[in-house]
Amino acid sequence: MGMTIAEKIIAAAAGVSEVKPGDIHTVELDRMMSNDGTTHLTIDMYNQLKDPHIADAKKLVWIVDHNVPCDSVKTAASHKKMRDFAKEHSIQFYEGAGVCHQVMMENHVTSGELIFGADSHTCAYGAVGAFGTGVGCTDYLYAMVTGKSWLLVPETLRFNLKGKLNEGVYARDLILSIIGMIGANGANYMAMEFGGEGLKTLNMSDRIAICNLCVEAGAKTALMEIDEITLAYLKEHGRAPKHCFQSDDDAVFAHVYDIDLSTIKPIVAKPHFVDSVVDAKECVGTHIDEAFLGSCNNGRIEDLRVGAELIKGRKVHPLVRFLVVPASAEVYRQALSEGIIDTFMEAGAIVMNPNCSVCWGSCQGVIGENEVLISTGTRNFKGRAGHKDSFVYLASAATVTASAVKGEIATADMI
Amino acid sequence: MEKFSGKIWVLGDDIDTDIIIPTEYLALKTVNDMAPYAFSPLRPELASQIQKGDIIVAGKNFGCGSSREQAPEIIKALGIKCVIAKSFARIFFRNAINNGLLLIENDALRGAVSEGDEITVTINEAIEHKGISYPITSLPENLVDIIQAGGLVKAMRRLNGLD
Amino acid sequence: MGSTIIEKIVGNNVGKTVKPGDIVTVNVDRVMIHDIFIPFVASKFEEMGFQKLWDADKVVLIYDHLVPASQVDDTRHFQVGNAFVEKYGMKNIHRSDGICHQLMTEAGYVKPGNIVFGTDSHTTTYGCVGAFSSGIGYTEMASILGTGTLWIRVPETIKVNITGTLPENVMAKDIILKLIGDLGADGATYKALEFTGDTVENMSVASRMSMSNMAIEAGAKCALFTPDGKTAEYCKITLTDKETDLVGDADAEYCQVINYKAEEFVPVMACPSNVDNIKPVSELEGKEIDQVFIGSCTNGRLEDLMAAAEILKGKKIAPFVKLIVTPASRKIYREAVENGTMAVLAEAGAIITHPSCGLCCGRTGGILTDGERVVATNNRNFLGRMGTSKVEIYLASPKSAAACAVAGKIVMP
Repeated sequence: MGMTIAEKIIAAAAGVSEVKPGDIHTVELDRMMSNDGTTHLTIDMYNQLKDPHIADAKKLVWIVDHNVPCDSVKTAASHKKMRDFAKEHSIQFYEGAGVCHQVMMENHVTSGELIFGADSHTCAYGAVGAFGTGVGCTDYLYAMVTGKSWLLVPETLRFNLKGKLNEGVYARDLILSIIGMIGANGANYMAMEFGGEGLKTLNMSDRIAICNLCVEAGAKTALMEIDEITLAYLKEHGRAPKHCFQSDDDAVFAHVYDIDLSTIKPIVAKPHFVDSVVDAKECVGTHIDEAFLGSCNNGRIEDLRVGAELIKGRKVHPLVRFLVVPASAEVYRQALSEGIIDTFMEAGAIVMNPNCSVCWGSCQGVIGENEVLISTGTRNFKGRAGHKDSFVYLASAATVTASAVKGEIATADMI
Repeated sequence: MEKFSGKIWVLGDDIDTDIIIPTEYLALKTVNDMAPYAFSPLRPELASQIQKGDIIVAGKNFGCGSSREQAPEIIKALGIKCVIAKSFARIFFRNAINNGLLLIENDALRGAVSEGDEITVTINEAIEHKGISYPITSLPENLVDIIQAGGLVKAMRRLNGLD
Repeated sequence: MGSTIIEKIVGNNVGKTVKPGDIVTVNVDRVMIHDIFIPFVASKFEEMGFQKLWDADKVVLIYDHLVPASQVDDTRHFQVGNAFVEKYGMKNIHRSDGICHQLMTEAGYVKPGNIVFGTDSHTTTYGCVGAFSSGIGYTEMASILGTGTLWIRVPETIKVNITGTLPENVMAKDIILKLIGDLGADGATYKALEFTGDTVENMSVASRMSMSNMAIEAGAKCALFTPDGKTAEYCKITLTDKETDLVGDADAEYCQVINYKAEEFVPVMACPSNVDNIKPVSELEGKEIDQVFIGSCTNGRLEDLMAAAEILKGKKIAPFVKLIVTPASRKIYREAVENGTMAVLAEAGAIITHPSCGLCCGRTGGILTDGERVVATNNRNFLGRMGTSKVEIYLASPKSAAACAVAGKIVMP
């Protein structure tokens, strides 16, 4: 019987010829990413093991990205623990290079790999056809020590994309619309697979944005069909694919959705759920205190270009704090050379170093009681960006930038 | 002249405003919220040990550093009756006066006392410690005016015809 | 008898000759309030019973310590500030343009001969353009907002005369650190510093700013430079006779005169945990470091970033070491983008943040933990200033700091 991309990757990692949804397999992992959100906890557990050792340190990538630069003595201690351990065990280590998933995409991930990340948005790696999934630090520790883990083979939801997004509509509008449609648990334990002619109209940045957010529908992983765009991206970054899996014609999907990209409109996800998705026009006029353009979801050069083009020659509203945070140092340098950083600075934005920033909500640009943030980040949960009584709206780079200029939620055509 | 006695806490030279109250806690809402963190970089337990009516005896340049007025306000909020130091930094000095925290400059006392000793202060006259008297020089008149008004806020309220 | 610069400024302000020790009430030309203290200033101002500002145009409000906010209650300071601006009709407000002291001179709020107070100890900075400026608390600020006046005691003056040419890789920062070491952290308490000599005459206003900024670390009330052509160009003004006269008279009385030969300065650092604990970098070489911070109102200007970039060009930060760069203002950031400095710093691996106080004020921006060592270009290395009390802070010039970032340990620039 035919298999989906997710099933093929698991079968290869388990060393078996066939797997089916519901099977549990022991798999060999290609890579394990961990960031400063939890690595210090993993290290504490590691140090309590009877026989602590690392199966293959070369497969580990550790990235400090959540609190950069460091904001408190508590996180400073966590960072130091992580840094010292990485140094001692020769683990690939990044600090200040950007948000972990973007750094992974730029430097490590390749098609057909099976990757654990101690962060829920690890599903982003499906953009190049890698099986990335988020795990907690206990699972991470087991994988780190043994090089292996067990996986329940997920069912797959298939999304056939056709047509093309209209001008002013972005990948982020698409994935938020899908999450709105299937609900925040609509893909629980499942893989979300994207393919079809419409996929060819989406560049790698769009694909990362789409896969990255699939966890907000509960997905275990997200996977995209591999095509010329994938291979060109890998080549550009000096990597070759491990496997180029596509779903078989007779693969079994839990459900197949056909999505016409031309029907997607600019949307906003209202507080406090990612699936509270409405037409952006419905939120127009909502007061905001802060706007955020950045994150692993929407802080790439393509997103910054959208914002910069809109804001050029305009000013950030005086009462709005507009944080612009490139997703990686590579993105920052590119934006610097294209004049984008200066465009934002000229407009009055607050341009921060690459890091998770207010998407993570614990240290940079946190919002206060009753304040409202419009964000290109990943989540709008209650209290996510600061005070427990504050509000986060999710939208595209264009809507966020337009709102920053207007001082209230606005779409790009309104400024 | 007013006279009072108290148990002393002994501190060294250059007790800066970051020691008195680290910046981390400066955006807490009130001085009372900040008070538990007073002196925490140097002696984390000190704020909880200070009792109302205690006196701080320190070395030179007490209160150097930032203009943060929370520094004297917190010392006052902890119940410290007065600070005796070899010398004070100027912004801290002004801030203390404006908040009605009594400061006394004295060079000799610091070398003679031990923590926990009791001393007696007669304002504008002398400090007594174990039978030895240390004279105090009196403050300039304009400062006495502010202190007598009960601090600068009260002086300004009077100016605006409120009290 | 002649007068020192501070005696002239105060004398001009009160319309009579003054001498050290005189207590006078001055008319204030400008005040600066920053985000940390605006809630306190606002509440004291209202508690005092004032209905309006004495002169809204003379009041400047700057958000810098809390930009961007790192704790959930921080934005309350912005809300209070914004409401105060609205209620009292203020126009001079900067919400994310950089550090207060940089903006006060850069944006033209301070001119030679002005008397300026700010709710921050490093307000001494504006002496770089020949203004008498000093830090005060929020209660006094509230009273100035209502009355436009403040009492001061006319300070005695210490004259610091520096002649000759500085050795390569010695910066203004090394001079002021050496001076603080020589004077001690309280050596200039209640006093004015006055800088003269061809070395300071040849210095940029930016370098003078590093020196006047740190004068408070010796306890000084203010630190003054005579306005000259460079000052005029920087302030975009033509100097009046009164302004060019802001020079210490030959027969003025100084409580102390210190002479330095520029050639004798060497790169130095202030060692933990006192600003006056000064040692030559050559004696500190080899100590391993964890982080470098280049920024602050002391050393976050374009010439500082360029000096660092010169050393970092084509090199990478040492493994496991962080270099955090926080420019002093939006204008400086943009100039550094424009002339390629930012690209060099980014290429070397620097973490470049938005202009703000950043790590210098110790709330965020690169906090450290027990056993870590940082080389920083800012103005204070107090115990616990950048994290726990077991963090070692070494204050240095931007050149020294950049060299350390590349080496991963303390080295000569």
